[in-house]
Amino acid sequence: MMTANDAYITGVGQSQIGVKLTRHPLLLTLDAVKEALAEAGLTIGQIDGVSTYPGRMQGYLGFSPVGVDELIDALGIRATWYAGGGEITSQLGAVVAAAAAVRAGLARHVICFRTVYEAAAMARPDEFPPLRRDKVDGSSQWTAPFNALSAANWTAQYAMRHMKRYGLTREQLAQVAITDRAHAALNPRALTREPITMDEYMSARMISTPLCLYDCDRFTDASTVLIVSAASAIDEVSCTPIRIAAMAGTVARHSWDQAEWMASYQTGPDLWKRTDYKPSDVDTVQFYDGFSFYVITWLEALGFCDVGEGGRFIEGGKRIALDGELPLNTFGGQIGAGRLHGFGFAHESVVQLRGKGGARQIPDDPRVAVCTSGGGPLATALLLARD
Amino acid sequence: MSAPRPQPRLDADNRAFWTGGAVGELRLMRCRDCATFIHPPRPVCRKCFSENVAPEAVTGTGVIDTFTVNHQKWHPALQVPYVIARVAIDGAPGVFLTTNIVGCNVDEVEIGDPVRVTFEQQGEIYYPLFEKIG
Repeated sequence: MMTANDAYITGVGQSQIGVKLTRHPLLLTLDAVKEALAEAGLTIGQIDGVSTYPGRMQGYLGFSPVGVDELIDALGIRATWYAGGGEITSQLGAVVAAAAAVRAGLARHVICFRTVYEAAAMARPDEFPPLRRDKVDGSSQWTAPFNALSAANWTAQYAMRHMKRYGLTREQLAQVAITDRAHAALNPRALTREPITMDEYMSARMISTPLCLYDCDRFTDASTVLIVSAASAIDEVSCTPIRIAAMAGTVARHSWDQAEWMASYQTGPDLWKRTDYKPSDVDTVQFYDGFSFYVITWLEALGFCDVGEGGRFIEGGKRIALDGELPLNTFGGQIGAGRLHGFGFAHESVVQLRGKGGARQIPDDPRVAVCTSGGGPLATALLLARD
Repeated sequence: MSAPRPQPRLDADNRAFWTGGAVGELRLMRCRDCATFIHPPRPVCRKCFSENVAPEAVTGTGVIDTFTVNHQKWHPALQVPYVIARVAIDGAPGVFLTTNIVGCNVDEVEIGDPVRVTFEQQGEIYYPLFEKIG
């Protein structure tokens, strides 16, 4: 199924993951770049493209402190193609853009990065001022005036409707957080390394019903890098390349309240239309879990179970454990490992498909993984394969 | 809930929505050619691309499509808990408003409850909130 036109993820890298880090966010990005280059056996001189989400956000530096232009300048990259912006089908859209670029011959090796600095920014507001607006406009004006201030509020409403319509329970939802935290305990870089019990989950304080503290990721400082390489340049790479077998992304109504349902429900079927692989071929799933409920929607959207059955599918947690039939978020997800903001899921897919997971490596020589990002009106899914 | 609310910045598109409460009207943008409601309000109809659009008052009733009870103090001035809901607006198919359900305890709200608009004025803005009917 390989073609001369394929795009591959080659080197992957990650900085330390922490909260209130003092290391400069550009240097965290450099740490991840160096690790990715070393793994791929590439030098910075071979990099000719850079892609990120959402680009440097001047008014909200904690959310995105490093832009493509800064990285290009700081590391002396000579790029023939680059992109960075938030108007794309969520975080992993930056990887989709890079893959499209190398397939089009616009670049050979593209650094894709996502650097987050939200915890450090909260601790040092003078240096990294929080998002502050005297007046709200754009899409914010339809939620913020009602103090629906967080994506937790917007997501909670989808989760509440799932409970009412399909019978999703908090005990089922808990399996996402419990599984994430159990897997994070085996990941030396994870932000949180202590498992949680069902009792701890059920007694945690509510954030926005039905989502409690453990259903939400938390602000993190880290950088994740994925190098996307062209098939024509793959012989320059020393690591096992992971093929991007299919990509899909969706945005229809770009709104958290006008859309009937989350964009993932369109993205999932679209992904399978673009490949001969089937859900039953997938060895592990790395699903965006900025909120636990997204995992339920991705399981349903990608056809691992019927719509409405996501809660029952993960009941008891065995199925999504490391030794289960569909290991989930083996690095701990964002709930366990930290809010790497989408890129962690692609990073871990590559780690698992190369058998480099260490204590958290899933058994039986995994060859196919799905990773996703986004929520609400935005969704991106990547199908990754080791040939 | 009488917490301070973020204020929308008024413009040509949204002014009718945010100020209609001054005369007790919930106003939504509507296409005068094909009758489609356009929310968020924009100067063009999503369905037929007509630019012949104008705000129109609806009855102000609706049904709770879904909701959440927010417990988190996202900032110190916030008074919690409060209900955030997505209300399907009667007579405006496909239009949902994110809003607050007020005038009842937070544990008395259910999906499917019929509700009616009530306006809370802060400055020049009339926030359309909803109360349970009956």
